[in-house]
Amino acid sequence: MVTSSSLVYLIALPLFGAITLLLAGRRADKWGHLLGTAMSASSFGVGLYQLSQMLSRPTEERAIGQKLFTWIDVASFQVDAGLLLDQLSICFVLLITGVGTLIHIYSISYMSHDENRRRFFAYLNLFIAAMLLLVLGDSYLTLYVGWEGVGLASYLLIGFWNQKPAYATASKKAFVMNRIGDMGLSFAIMIAFATLGTVSFAGVKEASEGASETALTAIGIMLLVAAAGKSAQFPLQAWLGDAMAGPTPVSALIHAATMVTAGVYLIVRSNFIFDAAPTAQLIVVIVGAITLLFGAVIGTAKDDIKKALAASTMSQIGYMVLCAGLGPAGYAFAIMHLLTHGFFKAGMFLGAGSVMHGMNDSVDMRRYGGLRKFMPITFITFGLGYLAIIGVPPFAGFYSKDLIIETAFNAGGFKGILLGSITLLGAVITAFYMTRVMILTFTSPKRWEEDQHPHESPFLMWFPMVILSIGSVTSGLLFYRGDALKNWLNPVFGDHGKDHYEEHLFEPIVVSAMALTAVAIGVGIAIMKYQLSEIDAVAPQNVSIFTRIARKDLLQDSFNESVFMRPGQVLTRLLVKGDENVVDGAVRGIGRTALGAGATLRRTQSGFARSYAALILIGAVALIAGIWVVTL
Amino acid sequence: MLTIQTPEAVMFWVLGPLSVIAAIGMLVVKKAVHSALLLAWIMITIALFYIAQDAVFLGIVQIVVYTGAVMMLFLFILMLVGVDASDSLTETIPGLRAIAITAALGFGGLLVSLISRAALGRPAIGLAEANKDGNVQGLAKLLFSDYVFAFEAISALLITAALGAMVLAHHQRTVARPTQREQAIARFRTGSLASAAGLPNPGVYARHNAVDVPALLPDGTPAPNSISATLKARGDMLESSQFELGEVDNTVQEEK
Amino acid sequence: MNPYNYLYVAGLLFTIGAIGVIVRRNAIVVFMCIELMLNAANLTLVTFSRINGTLEGQVTAFFTMVVAACEVVVGLAIIIAIYRSRRSASIDDASLLKR
Repeated sequence: MVTSSSLVYLIALPLFGAITLLLAGRRADKWGHLLGTAMSASSFGVGLYQLSQMLSRPTEERAIGQKLFTWIDVASFQVDAGLLLDQLSICFVLLITGVGTLIHIYSISYMSHDENRRRFFAYLNLFIAAMLLLVLGDSYLTLYVGWEGVGLASYLLIGFWNQKPAYATASKKAFVMNRIGDMGLSFAIMIAFATLGTVSFAGVKEASEGASETALTAIGIMLLVAAAGKSAQFPLQAWLGDAMAGPTPVSALIHAATMVTAGVYLIVRSNFIFDAAPTAQLIVVIVGAITLLFGAVIGTAKDDIKKALAASTMSQIGYMVLCAGLGPAGYAFAIMHLLTHGFFKAGMFLGAGSVMHGMNDSVDMRRYGGLRKFMPITFITFGLGYLAIIGVPPFAGFYSKDLIIETAFNAGGFKGILLGSITLLGAVITAFYMTRVMILTFTSPKRWEEDQHPHESPFLMWFPMVILSIGSVTSGLLFYRGDALKNWLNPVFGDHGKDHYEEHLFEPIVVSAMALTAVAIGVGIAIMKYQLSEIDAVAPQNVSIFTRIARKDLLQDSFNESVFMRPGQVLTRLLVKGDENVVDGAVRGIGRTALGAGATLRRTQSGFARSYAALILIGAVALIAGIWVVTL
Repeated sequence: MLTIQTPEAVMFWVLGPLSVIAAIGMLVVKKAVHSALLLAWIMITIALFYIAQDAVFLGIVQIVVYTGAVMMLFLFILMLVGVDASDSLTETIPGLRAIAITAALGFGGLLVSLISRAALGRPAIGLAEANKDGNVQGLAKLLFSDYVFAFEAISALLITAALGAMVLAHHQRTVARPTQREQAIARFRTGSLASAAGLPNPGVYARHNAVDVPALLPDGTPAPNSISATLKARGDMLESSQFELGEVDNTVQEEK
Repeated sequence: MNPYNYLYVAGLLFTIGAIGVIVRRNAIVVFMCIELMLNAANLTLVTFSRINGTLEGQVTAFFTMVVAACEVVVGLAIIIAIYRSRRSASIDDASLLKR
């Protein structure tokens, strides 16, 4: 493999920014946001340079690596901290740094009234650095460092306004649920080392060829747990909605475009494991399918614009995971959907932020309405993202989602039909709830108070939205034309990535027609229900039980609370009691024994020489008694 | 092979029980002087035992050093210290006496039982052979040959002890001794003028002029401060009321 | 008669001396009881010397006597010093160690 010494700058630049801003403190308040943005942008520049270098090399030499240092050197456990930049990584690098830079620019304006803006940029830079380490690491252990780093950055940014207890709780919730996933990742690494003897991607790939399927299945399931935690997949999905407590740029960057897709990256990167473990693959597909519908259903019931978008994110990542679980046929399409989703969802989140900016930080869509006239740029960019996500040609989502639906149908047999139907149903619901968001926010009659003055956002905010909307429009076609992305990624997936279109259930054109029909149905229902009828400014309460359950996030929190939290609390209380009574009791008992013994023995120290003499005599008696017994 | 002659046996059976009785007496008599006398008797007894057991030199030393010097010293100190409440036989630490007697009975019982069980595995030899040049000569040979270093060390110890006793008993004056003049001033300045003339001597105006009889004041009442504090502490002061003048007959008796 | 009988007497004297040390409060009497115990020990030494037919026991008894004499001198000086400072010869009064 070609080695390069410049990879480290990708990570080092934003890391430098984060450390500088955190250490400089208030002194950096004046220029902190500029430094943060510059670091992110220069990292993007390095990424572009790397891409150009990569394009100039022949296909088989495109992957490059860099060994940073020998990290762990213990007998048979050898781990180098190394970086790997291949065709898959570069996609992520450009997405992270590109979208990241745009969101940095957006944040300069969005956070301009926040006195802690410098800290915010420090955390953003920290996130960029950690995320780049995640996608650039050449072993699971290096990836794990980045994995934990983005978890930390996510925690810090969700709880950025931690003066509000609810926000602090949300950040803790995200952190704890991510921890379950992180545990899965660490288990996966441990199992990999125990059974395969190595933790580097290349080493595991090599070793997995002769490994037992049981071990690979175990690794695969543990990797799935990790992916579910980070990507908010069922059953670890509950944190994502609450994570919207963070500032909107954070939601756009971390909880829509990049970090939550790390799970998809992990599954795709571990393709060699999943290919050899069909059981794990099946579970991945099931998890993806459940989450796809789960998120979509929640999305229909949310009145909070950010939470509706978060549910949508969950659902879209469900698409990606499902697709990634379909094996070699799906990896490239999962990544394609990931990239297009990164554009349009980030753009829509920024649009939501722009709307909130104009509406005094209100997030209730039932209090919006008619904003089309007041925020034309936001409306257009958001609308382009909307067309992309529901899958209208020729916008980005059409191509990527269409390919996923097609791949699902092609999975074969009953499974294929079931998965295809689910993805189609998801498309219907997606079209419905996204149209609902559009109508409630932009096109319906206004429902806001008179004292609000909606206005367009400043240039620094709408400029990134425009760039991202261009991405939402063009990226799909760009990736799809001539299977560009598929061919580009092929070397990563080795022989598996070859054409898998041998058995078609439906012709691609039929699938496209079905998908468009699904979209039309969803949009039609939404228009009937919202555009053509009165909308309540307050969510109606006399609704069916299903709506109520959907509003409560399909009872995900109630379930977690009753199944894990309450028993956990009881267990904790028991343990505390046990600790107090048994452990502390023993410790205190020792102390009390010493004290009691001291208090008792103190009496013998009367200071009277005669009582000491009596003690000596008693000792002499004991001694003589001993002699007497021994000589008996 | 040692055979014990009848005179020695008689002496033992007479003096042995006597010494034990005297020792018990030491514990139960109230006055320290009596204890000292009983101890002197025990030491003489032990000296006799030494002599009877062919340890003539030690017997003489016992009498000279212990009965003579050490016991004299004890009596001297007793005289110096005088007598106080410490002579009381009531126990002040609860339970101590019971513990002491129980432990001592156990100790003595075990000791006697052990001695009765002990056997050297050969009969007693006696000192006839060892003492054939004379007891003093035999001891001297040992002391100045095998034990000469111990002997020298012990002589050093003796000198050190003498020095130590001098240091301990030496009383460092912290204020200058009051002169006669100062004492006279103090007598007049402090207290009542009654003490200015000095304390009354015992026996003044009394019917007896013994030291333990308090003086009578001019009004006929006894003056307790005319008796030495030591006698008072010892309880040796005689009740003065019995020497009190009853009705003072102030009428001049007619010549018969 | 048997020379061991002297040992019984010595044992009894020693025990009585031990009781005296504990029950009497006058420091001088306590001291005398200690002397009694030393003498009892000396008596055993002399008796063993006779039983063994060597003079070593007597030599040791001699040393004991000298040491006892030293002890008496120092001990009585201490009693005098204590008496001088606290006007009491009771060993219970010298119990400051407990505080």
